[in-house]
Amino acid sequence: MTFEPAIGLEVHAQLLTGSKLFCGCSTRFGAPPNSQTCPVCLGLPGALPAINRQAVTMAVKAALALGCRVNPVSVFARKNYFYPDMPRGYQISQFDLPLGEHGSIAVFSGERTDGGKIVNRREKTFGITRLHMEDDAGKSIHDGLPETETKSYVNLNRTGVPLVEIVSAPDFRSSQEAYDFVVHLRKTLLYLGVCDGNMEEGSLRCDANVSVRPKGTAALGTKVEIKNLNSFRFMQRALDYEIERQKRVLSGGGRVVQETRLWDESEGRTFSMRSKEEAHDYRYFPEPDLPPLRLDPEWIAGVAAELPELPGARMKRFMSDYALGADDALLLTSTAATAAYFEECARESANPRAAANWVMGDLARALKNSGGEIEESPVTARELAALIRTIDSGEISGKIAKTVFEEMVRTGEPAVDLIGRMGLRQVSDEASLVAVIDKVIAANPKQLEEYRSGKTRVIAYFVGQVMKETRGQANPRMVNELLERKLAGGST
Amino acid sequence: MPITRDEVLKIADLARLRFSEEELDGFTAQFQDILDYIERLRQVDVEGVEPTIHVSLPADGAPLMFREDEPRESLPVEEALGNAPDAAAGHFRVPKVL
Repeated sequence: MTFEPAIGLEVHAQLLTGSKLFCGCSTRFGAPPNSQTCPVCLGLPGALPAINRQAVTMAVKAALALGCRVNPVSVFARKNYFYPDMPRGYQISQFDLPLGEHGSIAVFSGERTDGGKIVNRREKTFGITRLHMEDDAGKSIHDGLPETETKSYVNLNRTGVPLVEIVSAPDFRSSQEAYDFVVHLRKTLLYLGVCDGNMEEGSLRCDANVSVRPKGTAALGTKVEIKNLNSFRFMQRALDYEIERQKRVLSGGGRVVQETRLWDESEGRTFSMRSKEEAHDYRYFPEPDLPPLRLDPEWIAGVAAELPELPGARMKRFMSDYALGADDALLLTSTAATAAYFEECARESANPRAAANWVMGDLARALKNSGGEIEESPVTARELAALIRTIDSGEISGKIAKTVFEEMVRTGEPAVDLIGRMGLRQVSDEASLVAVIDKVIAANPKQLEEYRSGKTRVIAYFVGQVMKETRGQANPRMVNELLERKLAGGST
Repeated sequence: MPITRDEVLKIADLARLRFSEEELDGFTAQFQDILDYIERLRQVDVEGVEPTIHVSLPADGAPLMFREDEPRESLPVEEALGNAPDAAAGHFRVPKVL
């Protein structure tokens, strides 16, 4: 029997506000422990929440960008559970009436070959079940401090930081689809400027629900929740492991147990996290301290009208406007800054194909080496475009351009200045090329003889010699033409 | 809808509350009274009536007051930790949880 997986994701994204969701404490990461708390986020008796306008705006942007219907009335609810990092004893979340529902996004997703290559990238649509707002819990520390054999430590700086939880439909049929979705989702949130997407600092966190079923059946199998997926690669590995584990269980006549499992990256496997049976009994009820969140439909329409061009739309535009393939367009839209850089370079150089190659190739490598972002690139889009123009006009060769580019990265100087100063301008002057060619031919009578006896391939040798003489600056097309004429015995 | 003592026990457990046998019996009876009352309310015809999400608000809803996103000063760490039964190294300290 063949099985197919059904995967759904729950993504928590921290909204990029300066203050917390329900109080004015700062959200700055890395502050001294417990230095960003107040009676509201500490859950002290009598303290009342007051909602952050910017957080709501950001959540609405995210909901709209994910194609959700934004509910004109949504309701905050208490999710009750006890854990030391949640001092109120409940999280303020949304339950029956979330901010956004019934969304979907189109993602260019591919298939992964055994060699790890992604092929067949095409557009697929995945459902977004809901997007709701909630506040974050604090951070528990279990080691690295005195007496951690018997004690845990709690830092409440993060308690109350605004989050959106985005729940996908169980639409992914492979770990690659889930991977492509979450990469696209992160990109969308970054384009919107509502989340910094930093997984190491926990600004973006991901849990997965995985089940498998016999291929062709409609009902979903028993699902397992996987937590502790600290990077997209971990997530993909964990999903692959879990899918295979469940297939083995079912093939062996067993039954998948509904449970929460944790991914252990060092061991490369998931393991069961013993969960208390009441763990999922959160006894939700409407938050009495907050009236329902009412949003004016006109205001929502205004937010929708001001959304920036999103990565999916930009990618498709790049494919049609610049004749790029899906893989290239995906790379060039990986961040809004990369996309803007490419577009400027393509426009200024009037050569989108060359611009794409430079941005994805030499520029990407240079930035990787320096560890810098494209925003701080030592070579601006305009300057790279100028370099491309000098190649296209025949002023320098493509090979010399690589050297010039390296100098541009090193010095930050404009291409034209460097080409002049380094004496790299391509020699396209016929008289000086002929002089060099004559000299080379005179110095190699044996090769000339071979050429004239029919071994015309020896022309490559002459080209090489001419290039050597001109330190690579001879116009290769002209060298070829002139050599052919000269070697054939013609005069110029 | 009858409620059992086990259900009351479970609810107490979820709220991390422990009661004596007598108290449990008392709560079971009180819960039953509440549920019976709700049962009576359920018989009221509410066709066309908007659900009351908040008892403290008019049905058409008082507007939710927004706060602007302006960070304000937090409590000093010593004060934040002041009421904690145990604190060390700038942290609240609790029995080991994992």
